[in-house]
Amino acid sequence: MRIGLVLGEAFNGLRRNASMVVSVILVTFISLTFVGVAMLLQGQITAMKGYWFDRAQVEIAFCGSIDTAGGCDGAAATPEEIAAVQAELAAEPLASYVERVESLTPEQVYAQTLPVYEGNPVAEFLTPEMLGAITRVTLHDPANADVVVESIQGFAGVLEVKDQRQYLEPIFAMLNAGSAAAIGVAVLMLIAAVLLIATTIRLSAFSRRRELAIMRLVGASNRFIETPFVLEGVFAALLGSILAGGALVAIVQFFVKGSVGATLGGGGILVGVSDAVAIVPVIVLIGILLAALSASVAIRRYLKV
Amino acid sequence: MIRFEHVTKSYPGTTRPALGDVSIEIEKGEFVFLVGASGSGKSSLLRLMLKEERPTSGEIHVLGKRLSALPSRKVPYFRRQLGVVFQDFRLLPNKTVYDNVAFTLQVIGKSRGFIQEAVPDALKTVGLAGKANRMPHELSGGEQQRVAIARAVVNKPAILLADEPTGNLDPETSEGIMSLLTRINLGGTTVVMATHDAGIVNRMQRRVVELITGRVVRDERQGGYQTQVLPVAPTAAPVPESVHLPVAHAETAAYPATGAYGIAREANA
Repeated sequence: MRIGLVLGEAFNGLRRNASMVVSVILVTFISLTFVGVAMLLQGQITAMKGYWFDRAQVEIAFCGSIDTAGGCDGAAATPEEIAAVQAELAAEPLASYVERVESLTPEQVYAQTLPVYEGNPVAEFLTPEMLGAITRVTLHDPANADVVVESIQGFAGVLEVKDQRQYLEPIFAMLNAGSAAAIGVAVLMLIAAVLLIATTIRLSAFSRRRELAIMRLVGASNRFIETPFVLEGVFAALLGSILAGGALVAIVQFFVKGSVGATLGGGGILVGVSDAVAIVPVIVLIGILLAALSASVAIRRYLKV
Repeated sequence: MIRFEHVTKSYPGTTRPALGDVSIEIEKGEFVFLVGASGSGKSSLLRLMLKEERPTSGEIHVLGKRLSALPSRKVPYFRRQLGVVFQDFRLLPNKTVYDNVAFTLQVIGKSRGFIQEAVPDALKTVGLAGKANRMPHELSGGEQQRVAIARAVVNKPAILLADEPTGNLDPETSEGIMSLLTRINLGGTTVVMATHDAGIVNRMQRRVVELITGRVVRDERQGGYQTQVLPVAPTAAPVPESVHLPVAHAETAAYPATGAYGIAREANA
């Protein structure tokens, strides 16, 4: 009986306020879509970092015969100098960080480099001595790359020590900026949604002020008076957040998988539909909580009970 | 039943309080008229009884409850024991007579069975048994006020507060409303009625509490609209303390409602 009455009141409010309710639905829809996009982008960044950083190595380039930078003086690194670096990598403390060491002789480097310059006159002048040897170090935890870089940097015959992760940084910087922008828009839109819900509820209460006055006069409990309004806000936000959830799944399905996936062929490193489906409940929960909170604050302030 | 102890009510931004040091006591089963000019504080007094407002100072007891100690979440349950009627009826225009009365019971969570018994009963009491399915705009003013009274008494309140219930009605219709209120009063309900209608007050010969600029200047058992035992205090200026309460007459004709409080104040003076 009472539940039916409360639901009936809430439904009446929705019907009378239809245009405001539609705007609440749209604003929550857009804002929560941005929240979801920001979450998916963060997930994407984490996934890509995990994928690429695990494959990132520390590359030690030894001097070639024409190098003068770093520890080089225009002569190729001697086998003793290379052996000294490899001995350092094999000994503690570095040995505990290192998973695998892969050494390329100048000839192997030459063989790998030559195709890059195919058809280029440079290829005719290039000799293995010019390129120098390369040692690639795979670490248990790529985050410890600095330790290796610092230790090996000063060795004789070493041109430079590079953490390959730095090649990836611009990509992540871009993705992070995109994510921050999405979060910024999401926050602004959420503020708009909360204010709009509050305004809608006040409007709804105003249009029912006769009933409210009588309810208060005859002693309807505060919760009985407030609940229909809170339900009204929650219902609108629920619709908006379900739409947002659907939009996120569609974005992942058709844009990320369809368009971006086809271009990059990224396969396993892109967010999938399952990730989008997993954040739908979070989005719906955020929508419901925000709506319930702003609606109940709005109606309480309106009634000043 | 209802007791005001030195109640003062000032609204922000005004210099003169709406009610100044009001002390009255209303017993169970009484029928009390509150009379006085517009702005004399009658409605403020009724609103204070309902705890729609808080007094600036002083204590109010209604139905054995000290209102200042009543937490706001319990106010709705307190109000269920009071019925209220207004000059402008305040019916819901989109509900039938039956639904208007039933609404009161629905929102306080009464069962369907209770509502189906109590609403026709209340409509019968006010003489509208045959008009349950009419809409308010199809009724005359007097009938609309009867619906409002049915709504106020359907939950069998101990106290009925009426704020100028005949203010919008012609004398004949008013008479019908008054006999209805009298009947409700005879059933044991305390009735407090604010009114301008001198004819009704004079005919009924009930207890009269007169307010002038927020002060009780007369509290008379079986009084008329204007006092028969002492001249009405001048209304232009705030009432001086000396004529605040005619204690000399309280022992003879006036109703000793302020009781101990009135005497205590006199002793202080």
